[in-house]
Amino acid sequence: MNSKSVNRVRSIFAHIVLILLSFLCLFFFYILIVNATRSHADLQKGFSALPGNYFFENLKSVANDGSFPMFRGILNSLIVSTCSAAICTYFSSLTAYGLYAYDFKLKKAAFTFIMAILVMPTQVTAMGFLRLVTNMGMYDSLLPLIIPSIASPAVFYFMYSYLQSSLPLALIEAARIDGSGEFRTFNQIVIPIMKPAIAVQAIFTFVGSWNNYFVPALIIQSKDKMTVPILVATLRGADYMSFDMGKIYMMIMVAIVPIIIAYLILSKYIIAGITLGGVKE
Amino acid sequence: MNKKRKSISYGKWGYLFILPFFLCFFIFSFIPLLDTIRYSFFEYYRSGIKEIGPNFIGVENYKSLLESDMLKYAGNTLILWIIGFIPQVVVALVLACWFSDLRLKIHGKQFFKVVIYLPNLIMASAFAMLFFALFSTNGPINSILESIGFIKEPIDFLGSVLGTRSLVGLMNFLMWFGNTTIMLMAAIMAISNDIFEASEIDGCNSIKRFFYIILPLIRPILAYTLITSIIGGLQMFDVPQILTNGQGNPDRTSMTLIMFLNSHLKSKNYGMAGALSVYLFIVSGILCFIVYKMTNDNDPDGSKRAAKKKAKAEKRKG
Repeated sequence: MNSKSVNRVRSIFAHIVLILLSFLCLFFFYILIVNATRSHADLQKGFSALPGNYFFENLKSVANDGSFPMFRGILNSLIVSTCSAAICTYFSSLTAYGLYAYDFKLKKAAFTFIMAILVMPTQVTAMGFLRLVTNMGMYDSLLPLIIPSIASPAVFYFMYSYLQSSLPLALIEAARIDGSGEFRTFNQIVIPIMKPAIAVQAIFTFVGSWNNYFVPALIIQSKDKMTVPILVATLRGADYMSFDMGKIYMMIMVAIVPIIIAYLILSKYIIAGITLGGVKE
Repeated sequence: MNKKRKSISYGKWGYLFILPFFLCFFIFSFIPLLDTIRYSFFEYYRSGIKEIGPNFIGVENYKSLLESDMLKYAGNTLILWIIGFIPQVVVALVLACWFSDLRLKIHGKQFFKVVIYLPNLIMASAFAMLFFALFSTNGPINSILESIGFIKEPIDFLGSVLGTRSLVGLMNFLMWFGNTTIMLMAAIMAISNDIFEASEIDGCNSIKRFFYIILPLIRPILAYTLITSIIGGLQMFDVPQILTNGQGNPDRTSMTLIMFLNSHLKSKNYGMAGALSVYLFIVSGILCFIVYKMTNDNDPDGSKRAAKKKAKAEKRKG
């Protein structure tokens, strides 16, 4: 009886803390959304918790701003992130399948090598990467932001774990007996089996690429090729005090809202996916 | 005989399938790494429009880096990481325990999980820009604090060392505590329910439950979280870069190592950037090795080895 009432108190306390933390998480985004709907003059007067009616004016001025081509940036980011997610998941699955389903001499060495570079930061090779890209004539283009995602050790590891748990080797053997070529087996039998893993990793790769700032900032120079994070950074670098604040909030909002909407739709899969990749039992 | 030949011919497919990964890694990571290491031994920079070098100068770059502010920036990175990491892991541990404790009957678990994970997906640069706008002297936070009578004068958050560092810490905390909570929760859920039931019968309260059951059993994952977080902290860039416009203000007290690297790359000082990269490579190489040991060992935190040692010592005693 006593322990029951103790649990009751703890439960109430836990709920209060959780609500406070959720408030902390959502509060800043709430201010962002409210301020994005107010005019510059309105914002100067101080903070108000109620949204204004300037939403479409702000959106229009963001869309028409030539010096910060936000919608062009979103298009560039979409191209880079979608392509990265697609080739990253496809080639990671291919690599994982190659190491899982076949026996060859260097199999163990290859696996060990990938595991060794699993969490290597990309920044340490940034200097050589920048020079290489310049020498290859790919400076200031979107390609060097996409192609390197073929080699993603963390995604490979996730795919490999997934294959271990859900692809019986007998199935491949059966496909062979039925006369299916190795490549066809992979594309038509293995890929459909891996769909859940591919979906989860595609989301994470997409988000990671969408939010990436360090490498694009080194590679991209011209305005019409900039991705969203670089545009946000140049916004910070500009003489910001002379700006229309309503427009600035709207710019931040268009930069993060697509991800928030996608997240709310897919949250079930994302939350389930976090632990699959990171924790090894 | 027949079978053997078959396996050899299939092996070729294995090589073919893993080829794109290794080719891509070789071109876009390995060659750049060698190039970076090579130029770290050269004097090679641009002053104005004139390019100086590359002249071989041995380990001069490494020496002058040690004499420069690099160690100060390493200290900054460490401080900024700690400010974010300690509250993050404490809150994550508490929340993970609550979420996995069925006796507490937490309502809306899925809702809370979705909300606390949300900041992790937000673009760090946009998040930093948002904080910059919100916490500026005439921004909404100051205006709210003033209107509730909490302060009289607006606080210049970004003008003080404490303010800037706290903001970076707060952002890192917000972005990562949800992720850590969900990781730790999965680890606690994996503990057999029998253990909790038995402990409850033996009269174990929730504090004892935490310290004597949960903490020792999730130690490997806690250690994994720690190391991966250190690696993440070493790469800290977006948030302080945007918040301080790459200056690390005030007085470069929020300048991180990668911001330092970025400024060398932007000014095309390849020799120095190379040497700094090599330092970072060595540190992250050590950390990678630890992670590798953890993910590939069946004794990730050394607990088994410690137990063996203890048993041996006891044997000797007896």
